[in-house]
Amino acid sequence: MTTAAETSAWRFALVGTPNSGKTALFNALTGSRQKVANYPGVTVERKAGMLHTVSGHRVDLIDLPGTYSLRGRSPDEEITRDVVLGRMANEGAPDLLLCVADATNLRVALRLVIELKRVGRPMLLVLNMIDIARRRGIDIDLDKLSAELGVPVVTSTAVRRGGTEDLLRRMDEMAASAAGKSVESTWQTPTTSDLRAAQSEADRVIKAAVGQPSRPDTVTGRVDAVLLHPVAGLLILLCLLFVMFQAVFAWAKPLMDLIAAAFEWLGVLAHDALPEGLLQSFVQNGVISGVGSVIVFLPQILILFLFILLLEDLGYMARAAFLMDRIMGGAGLHGRAFIPLLSSFACAIPGIMATRVIDNKRDRLTTILVAPLMTCSARIPVYTLIISAFIPDRQVWGFIGLQGLVMFGLYAAGIVSALGVSFVANHFFWRDNATPPFMLELPDYKLPQLRSVAMGLYTRAIMFLKRAGTTIFSMMVLIWFLASFPRPPEGAEGPAIDYSFAAIIGKWLEPLTAPVGFNWQINVALIPGMAAREVAVASLGTVYAIEGGKEAAEQIGQALAGKWSLATALALLVWYIFAPQCASTLAVIKRETGSWRWMFVTFGYMLALAYVAALITYQTAVALGAG
Amino acid sequence: MSIVLDMGMADSVPSVKPVQSVPLGLARRGFCGHIQAIHVGDGAHGLTAMELERRLLELGFVEGAEVEVLHEGPMGRDPIAVRVNDNTIALRRREAMAILVI
Repeated sequence: MTTAAETSAWRFALVGTPNSGKTALFNALTGSRQKVANYPGVTVERKAGMLHTVSGHRVDLIDLPGTYSLRGRSPDEEITRDVVLGRMANEGAPDLLLCVADATNLRVALRLVIELKRVGRPMLLVLNMIDIARRRGIDIDLDKLSAELGVPVVTSTAVRRGGTEDLLRRMDEMAASAAGKSVESTWQTPTTSDLRAAQSEADRVIKAAVGQPSRPDTVTGRVDAVLLHPVAGLLILLCLLFVMFQAVFAWAKPLMDLIAAAFEWLGVLAHDALPEGLLQSFVQNGVISGVGSVIVFLPQILILFLFILLLEDLGYMARAAFLMDRIMGGAGLHGRAFIPLLSSFACAIPGIMATRVIDNKRDRLTTILVAPLMTCSARIPVYTLIISAFIPDRQVWGFIGLQGLVMFGLYAAGIVSALGVSFVANHFFWRDNATPPFMLELPDYKLPQLRSVAMGLYTRAIMFLKRAGTTIFSMMVLIWFLASFPRPPEGAEGPAIDYSFAAIIGKWLEPLTAPVGFNWQINVALIPGMAAREVAVASLGTVYAIEGGKEAAEQIGQALAGKWSLATALALLVWYIFAPQCASTLAVIKRETGSWRWMFVTFGYMLALAYVAALITYQTAVALGAG
Repeated sequence: MSIVLDMGMADSVPSVKPVQSVPLGLARRGFCGHIQAIHVGDGAHGLTAMELERRLLELGFVEGAEVEVLHEGPMGRDPIAVRVNDNTIALRRREAMAILVI
């Protein structure tokens, strides 16, 4: 029954400039019936969704990355170009182009429409945010606009219920009249004179069809007077970051405890339900605790993304990039790198994926290389464990907790080293290339829409859980295997892990790690920690033969305090700032840069930094008597 | 308002008194004017001169457009936020040097 409808589904594509409200329209049209995947071979997200027109016809809608032109300056824009021109393998050109324009900002949008006309595909111009335009008194004569442009025009308000009804109604008649109507494409890469001609044509159309606002937007201007103020603006940005981190750590705590408890309970349940032996150990220690140790970070990641999505929808992120551009530029980073690096505090993986907004290849690569140096949430369990075991809980200068100060120092060290590495990369490796330009539209402020924020959070959560279910799960199985085999001989003493491959590797590495103060038990913990940093805590517990339980973390801490010197503890902390201990991050770097080379470069430089820094820390501490 | 605009648009008319244009990259906050030309010099931008010109054009920096410098960055007054007709664009002064304004 559905097959007939499936085969005859229309394929529409949403095209538009950045900030045109394209994604809000996509969400309004498709609701939750959307799928996010990657285009084959590239790392650009392919957002597709399904909807039904008024007549009930099925439409498959693709949301294309925002673009100012079809020239394809970044991987994202190349996708837009290839889909629009029908150059994608396995995908014909779309039946209809829905060109989305912000009705309050038509100038640049209409230039894109004029360029798109040359493609020769049937096209419908959607004037989005028409409500805001009307409120400001921008008077758009739709018939005239349509006649002057030679393109049918419809209005929409994506964020209002019922705001897309006109659009849905027009889809039927458009698709019916569009069938077989497409003309040969005359599009070619626009030259500067093409762009000038198109813009003056757009300006002419606007002059003919659009009455200028009687009440221009003053809100954005007044807000910007504060938020972009050289002093107040920076202070507000800093406060915002502070609140964000407080929220990530404080709000997430109860939820994380809940998730941890749930997985522990599941583990016990599995333990009791399964017969003693390998399968029991595999399910409890390999599967449940492994996946649980990663999923526990979901609340932190979601809270961080909640802030990022809210600020993005509000229009603040572009302002943050504006404020930070010069400061980051000193270290050779692009203003737009601010957002990816901020995300990396939750987890380097979304951070590295967020570098897609940087169109310059070199800037993007620098950002990817330094993103793993930002203190991600997976380092927190390790830092907390070691700090609480080794750093005395006392006040310095009367009011600052020493433990908190060390934690802050570790974060600061991550940031400073990221700036340092990008500085070195820019001045020694990419010296011949000049710094690429920073040009960014500052959109008008808009109230974030609950629906689109919720949708964004949902997509991130699914992406993260998928990762936890695939990559991390398989790594955990591997680690469980290394730590469990070979089995200890009959009547052996000590924990079983002593006889495993993991222990063999740990002891084999000892000569290498002795200068930085690591014993073989730490080496054993570091190996599973390669998959995900936080796993090291559980591994240390296993190595030191401590039964897991509610107070596990504190018990490990007590055991460590007796067994390690302060110098070793400090060296391990410093090691963790730099060490490339996250297989998923490395995998994402490989995927995003499309080459093994940059993955190995990242791995190599981070390992070298970690070793040298830990060596200096350990030897200095020993010399000072902390050995 | 509209009279000023018309004068601006009519810059091909020889009777308009020639005024020395300045690069937008040197303009301070509060500067108001219109674009007379886009001229990308040989400065290193990590892009070809042609590419930089196209990017500026795509963002709406076209001859005749009204511009106003709305904000300056916190360090070294860089970058700047420029209103181009109804659109606000942030860019560095180095690139703004290519935009000649009156």
